[in-house]
Amino acid sequence: MTKAFKELGLDATPLAAAMPAFCASIPAGELRGICEQARARKARLVALWGSDETTRRAGYALHLALAFPSGLLWVSVPLSREDPHYPGIADIYPSANRMQRATADLLGIIPSADADRRKWLRHGAWPEGAFPLRKNVEAAARFAQSPDRYPFVPVEGEGVHEIPVGPVHAGTIEPGHFRFSVVGEKILRLEERLGYKHKGIEKRFEQMTLEEGAKLAGRVSGDSTVAYAWAYAMAVESATGTEAPRRALALRGILLELERIANHLGDLGYLGNDVSLSFGFFQFWRLKEDLLRTHAQLFGHRYLMDAIVPGGVAKDLPVAAGEALAGRLAGIEREVATLKSIYDEHAGAQDRFIMTGQLTPELAERMGLTGLAARASGIARDLRVDYPIPPYQQLDPRAASHTRGDVAARVAVRFDEIFESMRLVQTLVQQLPPGEFRAPVAAAAAGARGLGWIEGWRGEVLIALEATAGNRIHRLHPHDPSWQNWPLLEHAVHGNIVPDFPLINKSFNLSYSGTDL
Amino acid sequence: MYQLLKQIAKTGIVTGPAPLPDATLRALEQRLGQLILEHFGRALAIRHVDAGSCNGCELEIHAMNSPYYNLEGLGIKFVASPRHADMLLVTGPVSRHMEVALKRTWEATPDPKLVVAIGDCGCTGGIFGESYASCGRVSNVIPVDVTVPGCPPAPVAILQGILTAITPGR
Repeated sequence: MTKAFKELGLDATPLAAAMPAFCASIPAGELRGICEQARARKARLVALWGSDETTRRAGYALHLALAFPSGLLWVSVPLSREDPHYPGIADIYPSANRMQRATADLLGIIPSADADRRKWLRHGAWPEGAFPLRKNVEAAARFAQSPDRYPFVPVEGEGVHEIPVGPVHAGTIEPGHFRFSVVGEKILRLEERLGYKHKGIEKRFEQMTLEEGAKLAGRVSGDSTVAYAWAYAMAVESATGTEAPRRALALRGILLELERIANHLGDLGYLGNDVSLSFGFFQFWRLKEDLLRTHAQLFGHRYLMDAIVPGGVAKDLPVAAGEALAGRLAGIEREVATLKSIYDEHAGAQDRFIMTGQLTPELAERMGLTGLAARASGIARDLRVDYPIPPYQQLDPRAASHTRGDVAARVAVRFDEIFESMRLVQTLVQQLPPGEFRAPVAAAAAGARGLGWIEGWRGEVLIALEATAGNRIHRLHPHDPSWQNWPLLEHAVHGNIVPDFPLINKSFNLSYSGTDL
Repeated sequence: MYQLLKQIAKTGIVTGPAPLPDATLRALEQRLGQLILEHFGRALAIRHVDAGSCNGCELEIHAMNSPYYNLEGLGIKFVASPRHADMLLVTGPVSRHMEVALKRTWEATPDPKLVVAIGDCGCTGGIFGESYASCGRVSNVIPVDVTVPGCPPAPVAILQGILTAITPGR
């Protein structure tokens, strides 16, 4: 497989990980050429981040994770200590825009002058010229609060007015700012401003051992705690050469699918609520609560936090518990089938769902839409299908696929995925391999790298890890699929009316915490 | 429509003595109703502010709105503006980027007002602690009446925290 990368002129070395993964180092001058060729070969940009290597007798480094059909490629670009500049790639991979700006805010690794150099994660907690993720800045450092002054793009013209929303929203939602430019009720433009929840997660990881980091990984985005915990465990196992027992992998599959079902149930309820079908809200949230209580009873936590640990899982699933789980899921599945037919036939709900917040497959592909939302816009990609790791290899999972790209399609994907996840859990419970559920984790060598890559309910979650001496974390980048999808929400609302924004937003249900870090 | 009505009839009323022992829960509901009547004319208006959480506590606040807990039946309502609120339910360690927004929300809430900090992060700063980007616990930024620990606290625990906040003498 390294041959495939040779065609790109890359000297890629395989990285021991659960999925096919490779590392390569290239000079900054070759970055754009490699990205152009990668894009031509249909490789996706999964993540872009930076690191401070001054403690390792170097300068800085820019990192990219690119998903090729043959596997995941981790490209590193060493940059000098004095002048950490690189040519920007946002014209090749549009989703890189905010990632480049965040990397500049945190590390002072700056794209070339023609790139968008507006700040992104930095508001007022640290001043321009200070870079909190650099190694010479203490985590406990306190900078004087400075005014934000973010340069929103002004929209002018007759009858155009602005509606600023947030950061504190009207409902129980994470904080962020949305600036709408509207004509009458129609949305002309939406500009997002995020970063309000930035709480220094990446810096916090660097104060931790590999063992301690598991708990924090499970709290990067609380609604995806299983996906993050698994990706983290996978990265640690990859860096330390640890192999989780087969039983643990099957249990992880069960946990991940349960998280998917629980989140989809909640979203389907809220999507009903947002079109005034409060019946849907109460029905789906009743089913979700049933599932959460089952989680608490069988796994010790309503959201399955800390259930996955490096080396395996924290708790086994005895036979009787597995049978109880299978029984309850079957009951929920029957009710979801009834609710699906009610949603499908409800004229009022369908009228609001269909053709609302549409993202065409062409735009989705060009901009790099990912995960659940991509599967509603004709991009049938799913890590469980495309790069199946155990336990998915034996299960033959099916990726949901709808092409209309509207709220109705994102509703349909959720229904399809609930039923498919139910099938996966039922099969896994029946075929749970015997044996241990947790293996001891070896120590990581200083400089060891690890990758974890999991299809969470929202999309692909990546953990890129570099260890340092004493089994500690040198650098860890947790990447949420919302980085890719937030910019597309700005497109999806074009031409829609303001009152449909909550519905469209909910149909994506993106993470703020996962991208604000 | 027939199927929808049938589903409602089939579901019945699920609200009631749920995860904790029955008697305890029933006492909780009754006391809460009386206290709200006494102190807030049977309508406690709550404004939720996420000041930097991982979104875990929000999931439980959403869950508290499920039919299992029938909040509105208890006279508790979530409102869209702090100007309509009696109580702020605050989650998260307060990120430094939310510090100003949280203070402004608190100032916009009319007196007498109550603040309940939700979750381990709201109580102590939790796993995120204090840093260049995090102010830590909620009481580092605004006065807090009641803290509800948990990661995240279950809906019943949040409900108990709300009750504690409107109990006289506390």
